Amino acid sequence: MIGIISCKESTRLVSQGLDRELAFGERVALRVHLVICLGCRRAGRQLQFLRRAVRELAEIDLNTNA
Amino acid sequence: MPPAADFRAQLEALRPYLLRYASLQLRDAAAAEDAVQEALLAALAGQAGFAGRANLRTWVTGILKHKIVDVIRRQAREPVLPEQTEDDDFDGLFRRNGHWAGRPVPWADPDGALEQSQFFRALELCLERLPARTAQVFMMREHLGQETAEICKELGVTPTHCWVMLYRARMTLRECLQQTWFER
Repeated sequence: MIGIISCKESTRLVSQGLDRELAFGERVALRVHLVICLGCRRAGRQLQFLRRAVRELAEIDLNTNA
Repeated sequence: MPPAADFRAQLEALRPYLLRYASLQLRDAAAAEDAVQEALLAALAGQAGFAGRANLRTWVTGILKHKIVDVIRRQAREPVLPEQTEDDDFDGLFRRNGHWAGRPVPWADPDGALEQSQFFRALELCLERLPARTAQVFMMREHLGQETAEICKELGVTPTHCWVMLYRARMTLRECLQQTWFER
């Protein structure tokens, strides 16, 4: 799957990259897309941020968030 | 206090934390209480297993994780209506050609958000809005830290279906946080 991917496809690959190792062709296509697409770079950072946020949700102290 | 009673009191003090932890996973207050109860009983019975370990909360949380997975496994055996699997959603987000309908805007100070308890409240509200099954897969992945392969096996779904649900969960949460927190 080398070539031009859409933003929808790009966000899908960013998400799957959090769950499995992407194939070489997928990584290349995603990287190329991200270079030219500001919206997808932002969305990608936000999807990665979600992972941190949910992990911290497990750790937050009860007395600050009872 | 004798050592046994002391241990019991320490466990009991953890109950609110454990309940909160289980509730995030199970979205069913009764099931969460059952899982916590089982975990506390198992911890009490297995006190010897704790001997020498540094952190009681970490140890009991580990036990609770297993109890939560047990509950999820039992629930998975109950018939559920299949949720849609086609990825024809996010119609408002993308144009027909797959490009953004509106370009995502950057989030101001996400690190700062992680310092605020209100942010986590907003995150929980967004999680509650997800469809039950989608939320469950997402929480097993991100909260329990399970591998996708394990989750698929527990729930009896294909990896592809798992990835679709995780993608949908993340995109929906992203939108929700955008609207309820970052755009305020």
